[in-house]
Amino acid sequence: MQSKLGLDFGKVAYARKLARNIADGVQTFVESYTTVAVERTLCRLMGIDGVDENQVPLPNVLVDELKTKGVLGEGVLFYLANAMIQTGLTPQEIAQRVADGTLDITRIEVFDLEKREAALKPVIEESLSRIRARRQRREEYLRTIGEGPKPYLYVIVATGNIYEDVVQAEAAARQGADIIAVIRTTGQSLLDYVPYGATTEGFGGTFATQENFRIMRSALDKVGEEVGRYIRLCNYCSGLCMPEIAIMGAFEGLDVMLNDALYGILFRDINMQRTLIDQYFSRIINGFAGVIINTGEDNYLTTADAYEQAHTVLASDIINEQLALLAGLPEEQMGLGHAFEMDPMLENGFLYELAQAQMTREIFPNAPLKYMPPTKFMTGNIFRGHIQDALFNMIGIWTNQGIQLLGMPTEAIHTPFMSDRFLSIENAKYIFNNMRSIGDEVEFKENGIIRNRAKKVLDDATSLLEKLNEEGLFSALEKGIFGDVKRPKNGGKGLDGVCGKGSNYMNPFVKLMKGVK
Amino acid sequence: MSGGLYSMEDKDFDKTLDLTKVKPYGDTMNDGKVQLSFTLPVPAGDEAVEAARQLIRKMGLENPQVVFFKELTPGFTFLNCYGSCTHTVDYSGIHVPKVETSVMDMHETDEFIRTNIGRKIVVVGASTGTDAHTVGIDAIMNMKGYAGHYGLERYEMIDAYNLGSQVPNEEFLAKAIELKADALLVSQTVTQKDIHIQNLTELVEMMEAEGLRDKMILVCGGPRITHELAKELGYDAGFGMNSYADDVASYIVQELVSRGMTSLTK
Repeated sequence: MQSKLGLDFGKVAYARKLARNIADGVQTFVESYTTVAVERTLCRLMGIDGVDENQVPLPNVLVDELKTKGVLGEGVLFYLANAMIQTGLTPQEIAQRVADGTLDITRIEVFDLEKREAALKPVIEESLSRIRARRQRREEYLRTIGEGPKPYLYVIVATGNIYEDVVQAEAAARQGADIIAVIRTTGQSLLDYVPYGATTEGFGGTFATQENFRIMRSALDKVGEEVGRYIRLCNYCSGLCMPEIAIMGAFEGLDVMLNDALYGILFRDINMQRTLIDQYFSRIINGFAGVIINTGEDNYLTTADAYEQAHTVLASDIINEQLALLAGLPEEQMGLGHAFEMDPMLENGFLYELAQAQMTREIFPNAPLKYMPPTKFMTGNIFRGHIQDALFNMIGIWTNQGIQLLGMPTEAIHTPFMSDRFLSIENAKYIFNNMRSIGDEVEFKENGIIRNRAKKVLDDATSLLEKLNEEGLFSALEKGIFGDVKRPKNGGKGLDGVCGKGSNYMNPFVKLMKGVK
Repeated sequence: MSGGLYSMEDKDFDKTLDLTKVKPYGDTMNDGKVQLSFTLPVPAGDEAVEAARQLIRKMGLENPQVVFFKELTPGFTFLNCYGSCTHTVDYSGIHVPKVETSVMDMHETDEFIRTNIGRKIVVVGASTGTDAHTVGIDAIMNMKGYAGHYGLERYEMIDAYNLGSQVPNEEFLAKAIELKADALLVSQTVTQKDIHIQNLTELVEMMEAEGLRDKMILVCGGPRITHELAKELGYDAGFGMNSYADDVASYIVQELVSRGMTSLTK
C-alpha cells in the first residue's frame, strides 16, 4: 500500500518484532497456568448452566469446590470426565449433585486419559457445533440481508433494564446503527461470577448475562430483517470473567466484544497474571466464534494526555495485535482501539488527530479499527459537543475506520436518550455521505504537520516498545512504564483465582478452537 | 413555518430589566424565549404536534411553536420547540450556599501552606464505590490538571494520592488513616438512580463511626454535585461543574487553617 504519510514500514516491522517478543514472553507464562474464570468457562462449554438455591451459578459451585479442596490445578475437565464415566450422569447433573452436596467429584476413581477423552468428546462436539451454528447464522444473514458500509455506526444502550434496552436498540437500528453495545452495569467487571437470567436493574448499564444476550440478539435479528441490514451486538469480555463472557457470547451469537489484554490491569487493578491468562482463552473463543474484539487503548487517553501520550496507544495496539495473533485471532477480527481525545482548544488539533487515525489505518490495514469519540473534553455545552463529534466523524470517514463509536452530544451528562442517539446517527450519516471519498482525493504534504506528527508518534512508540521488550511486560507493568500506572505482579484483584496446571490438566478446546474457523 | 419571525403582531413587552421579575431572554428583554427539545411516546403527526403544544403551555410557556419533529422509531416522536415563559423569579432575593473561601492559584496556595501550616498537607482522593469514572478525580489531582489548571500532584506543598476508581469506602478510609490524610476528595460521576447519594452517605457514616469525621476535611465533587447537596450529606464542601484544582486546594488549605487543623502531629 502507498503510504499517504510516508511512513517507514521497515520501522513498523521492527516495532512488530519487538511486540512479538514481548507477547512471547507473556505466552510462556500463560501456558503453564489456569484460572477460576478459565475453568468456569470449561464448565459452560460442558453444558453446565443455571444457579443453585442461593443464586450461585453452578460453574462457580463446581470450580469453588475444586479450589477449596486445593485441586484446581488438575482442571475441572479431569474431574468431570472421571465423574461422567463413573456415574453415567451428564455434566449438568453432576454439577447439580455437587451443589446439593450429594456428590464429591474429587473422591472418584481415576480413569485413563483415553477413556476420559472419549467421555468428553460428544459434549465437546456438541458445544463446538453450537458455536459453529451461531457463526454460520451470522454469515448467512450477511449473505442474505447484508450489512451497512464501514465505518460501522456503533451506539450504546445503557438503561439498566434489558427490555428497555431492546426498545432503544430497535430505534437505533431503524435510524441506521450497525452495532448495538449494551453497556454493563458499573462494577460488573469486578464480579468473579456472571449473574444469571434476565435483569432489569443496573447502574449506568445492564448486567451482562447469557439470558440478556439472548433477548437482545433475538430482538436485533428481528429488526435487522425489518431494516434489511444485519445488526451486530456488542458486549464486554473484560474484568474477572473474560473467557466466561466470551463463551456466553459465542453461544448466543454476539458479534463484537471488548477484549483488551492490558486494560483491566491498568484501570481496574485486576491482577496482571489473572488478566493475561484469561485474555488468552477468551481470545481463542472469540477467534473461533468469528467475534470482532475491541481493544481499550482509548481509555489511556481519558487519563493521560492524548497529544503527549499518543504513542502509548500505538504501542499498546501493536502488543494487543501480537497477543491476539498468538491466540489465533485473525487480523480481520481485531478492532484495535484509538480515540479522538485531544483538547479541542489545541491549535491544529484536528491535524494531529487526522495524522494519528491515518497512521493507525496504515499500520493495521486489515483490522476493523475501533475509533472512539471525544469524552474527556465533552462538557454540558451540548451544542459544541455536537461539533466535536462532527470533527471526529470527518476523520472516521476520511481515514476509513472500521467501527465508529458514535459520540453523543450529551456525553458528559447522562446515558443517551433516544433522541441523542438519533442526533448522533444523523450527524455521522450526513458526514459519511457528504465526505465519502475524501480519503481517496487528499494526500498529505511532504514534511508537513501531519506527516511529521505520524513519524514522531511511530518513533516514540518504537522506543517505548524497545523499553518494554528489555523489561518484559510483567516487570514493565510493575515499574509503571506503561500508562504511568504501576501494578505489582502479585497485587490487584483476582490473583487468588490463578493456579499452576497439574499433571492431569486437560483443556482440549485450545487445540480445537485456536485459529480454527 | 417562519411566520413568527416576521410577525407584525403586537409585541407588548415591558423592555426594562427588573431583577425582582426575571425571565428568559431571547433577543428582547422580557420576551421569555425558551428552547426545548423532547421526545413524546406517540406517533408523528398533527396530534403529536398538538400534544407538544399543549404540554408546553402546561409548562408555563405561551405561544408554543413546534419547529421540527421526527419519528425516531414507530411510536416515538422527537420535537424541537420554542415558547415564551410566563413565569418570573425574584433574582434579588436568591441565596445559594457556596464555598466561601477566596480562590488562590497554585503558587499562592503553596505559599499559603508554607506560611500558615508549615508542612506539606496530605490529600487522598478517589472515585469511590462502584463508580468506574476517573475523569473527575484525575482532573483535580493529576499533575497535568485540566483546562489549564494544574492538578494537586503538581503542588509543592501537597502530597496528593489519587487512588483511582472503584475504590470501596472501607479501603478508601483505611488508606486515608494510613497516609494521615488532612483532606479526602471523593469523586462521583455515575448518578443514575441516586447511587452516588447512597455511596457518599455510607462514607460519612463510616467516618463518624470511627470518630474520624472532624479530623479530616471531607470534600466531594462531580458534575451533578452541588455545595448544598454536599452539606446536606454531611460533607464540608461540594464542587460541581466548572471547578478546578485551584478551587479545591484553596478551600482545603484555608479551611484547615481556620479550623486550626494544622498541627504537625496528627
